Amino acid sequence: MNQRLVSRIEVTVIYLILLCVTIVIFYPLLWTIGMSLNQGSSLYVSSLIPENFSLEHYKWLFSEESDYVLWYKNSMIVSLAVMIGSVIITSLVAYAFSRYQFIGKKNGLYIFLLLQMFPVMMAMVALYMFLNMIGLLDTLTGLILIYLGGQIPFNVWLVKGYFDTIPRELDQAARIDGAGHLRVFWSIMLPLAKPILSVVALFNFMMPLFDFLLPSIVLSSPNNFTLAVGLFNFINDQFANNFTRFAAGSVLIAVPIATIYLFLQKYLVGGLTAGGSKE
Amino acid sequence: MSSKKIKSKEQSKNFAKHMPYLAMLLSFIFAGLGQLYNRRYLKGTIFIVLECTFLITLLDSINYGLWGLRTLGTMPGVDHSIQLLVFGVLALIGVVIISTLYIFNIIDAKRQATKLREGWRPPRFKRALKEFYDYSFPYLMTGPGLLLMIFVVIFPLMFSVLLAFTNYNLYNSPPRSLVDWVGFENFKNLITVPIWQDTFLSVISWTVVWTVLATTLQIFLGLFLALIVNDPRIRFKKLIRTILILPWAVPAFVTILVFSAMFNDDFGAINNDIIIPLFGGEGIQWLSDPFYAKTAVIMIQTWLGFPFIFALFTGVLQSISQDWYEAASVDGASRLQKFRNITLPHVLFATAPLLIMQYAQNFNNFNIIYLFNEGGPPVQNQNAGGTDILISWVYKLTFDTNNYSMAAVISIIMGLLISGFAFYQFRKTRSFKEEGEV
Repeated sequence: MNQRLVSRIEVTVIYLILLCVTIVIFYPLLWTIGMSLNQGSSLYVSSLIPENFSLEHYKWLFSEESDYVLWYKNSMIVSLAVMIGSVIITSLVAYAFSRYQFIGKKNGLYIFLLLQMFPVMMAMVALYMFLNMIGLLDTLTGLILIYLGGQIPFNVWLVKGYFDTIPRELDQAARIDGAGHLRVFWSIMLPLAKPILSVVALFNFMMPLFDFLLPSIVLSSPNNFTLAVGLFNFINDQFANNFTRFAAGSVLIAVPIATIYLFLQKYLVGGLTAGGSKE
Repeated sequence: MSSKKIKSKEQSKNFAKHMPYLAMLLSFIFAGLGQLYNRRYLKGTIFIVLECTFLITLLDSINYGLWGLRTLGTMPGVDHSIQLLVFGVLALIGVVIISTLYIFNIIDAKRQATKLREGWRPPRFKRALKEFYDYSFPYLMTGPGLLLMIFVVIFPLMFSVLLAFTNYNLYNSPPRSLVDWVGFENFKNLITVPIWQDTFLSVISWTVVWTVLATTLQIFLGLFLALIVNDPRIRFKKLIRTILILPWAVPAFVTILVFSAMFNDDFGAINNDIIIPLFGGEGIQWLSDPFYAKTAVIMIQTWLGFPFIFALFTGVLQSISQDWYEAASVDGASRLQKFRNITLPHVLFATAPLLIMQYAQNFNNFNIIYLFNEGGPPVQNQNAGGTDILISWVYKLTFDTNNYSMAAVISIIMGLLISGFAFYQFRKTRSFKEEGEV
């Protein structure tokens, strides 16, 4: 009887804790949605539950005045390009690292992982100069190339870990049947590595979308802004004045992303632990 | 007997006198000659063409680059020191690549000559092509990636390291004036000049505190929540998990900016809706008092970071076999003992590299510091703000005050700190070792 009581109390406490956490999680999110539906643009008069419910900010975002749609498009271009490019490059490099012997194999990846630990900031001045020299400053191409190069070490490490778990007997059998290097890659490795490759794809789709630092340095004209930079400028210019617009813009990007994430989260975590450790 | 056999006999006779060192010497004199001597005509021609292209097109620019690297220009207003530095680094990379090829060419010539002498005969053209393809396949696969990485990771790194040994800043910048090599002077200044010394010490200590506190908090919270949600008595697990993962799913730059508005001293919701109604008073100076600003960023990072850890741990917890716990129960183990001896080791083993990466990420977490308060509030007698960590300080030095060389010095220190830490930790983690050793 006593034990049951203890158990009941425990469960109640757990639910209470979870309730608190839930409130803390939802408060800022609901607040943002509330803000985006407020009339006017001042934070002083805005409140969580809007007194004057209005969709004016959403309408404004899609009007001629704002570049929001353009930024959305830019972000999508960058994200899609980085996603596709990274999957191709990463899987090819990982294939070589997993199945072939070559000079620099043993320490190559290790060194790159360490080098990657150096802050991106350190590269900024150099990248800026370099992009300027080759004429890719303030272009989406330049941004995409930097993302593609920077993601290689970590993702190759993930994918190689996964490739290593695919039995070698499979590709040896294919070799005996006369399959070439690329054939093995295409017909055996890629189909079997789909889970980890989707993780890489998703990560590389999200990463440019969330990044603020790099685009804020590389891109200077509003036409080329990605969403993160553009939205930051909404509130950076005159803080209190555009916050409600910022909120509306944020909701429009956060909702689809969050939905994708929630659908794929199990996949994501599974892929991460699979690449990071062999069990 | 067929003439073919006689011919091959002759050939092997020929090769009996084949001299590996002559092949080496020939390849040394001009790439490809040794290969021709070995009668690998295709390979030899490729090497010769490569060296000719190099001599005709690249030699001048490499020479110019190395000259620039050495002198950083001699005429103010004409020579642009920083562009020369960029050329210099690129030339250096070029030299490394070319000498690798060159050395490979010499070794290859010798190796093949030795094999020829021992009776090995070069394959026919088509077969040779196939073998070449087989041999070079991994290089072809890694080549493009490597090239990209050289330009995006290695070149900038070298450039920054070199920048730390120059006097490149706002007052001394090209094209107006020339930049010079100054040796370790910047490092010396960082330690001896009071304002740099003060700022450096306070920023680095806050960076350490920030990294340890924020990361540990998010790991603890994530672990704790994963454990209680995993409790068999709890229902609606799926819904609860979805809610708890929400902060991870919302783009971080959005939430940080939202929090930054919510924590605003004057009109923020935290002060107006929570602190003042509940505790009265004027509200807390979240943005203008360094202590509260630091507290705020740590709280926000915990909010942002725990869901990932939670998801990670939940995944691992579900994979631990129940047999372990049943066996432990039979032995009369307490709940704490089970946690310490079964759950924790499992969880840590599977996630250690990712947890280490969390620390590294927070150490370099520019977004939250900069987007929350741009590193502020300002602090007297320092050139960094109250919440500035090393990386945001570097950003300010680079883009606000244009003190490029000092920014490079601090980046180097950061890089060494973090890679040293990561290296040490990764070595210790077993799961990485298994991965790393091929």
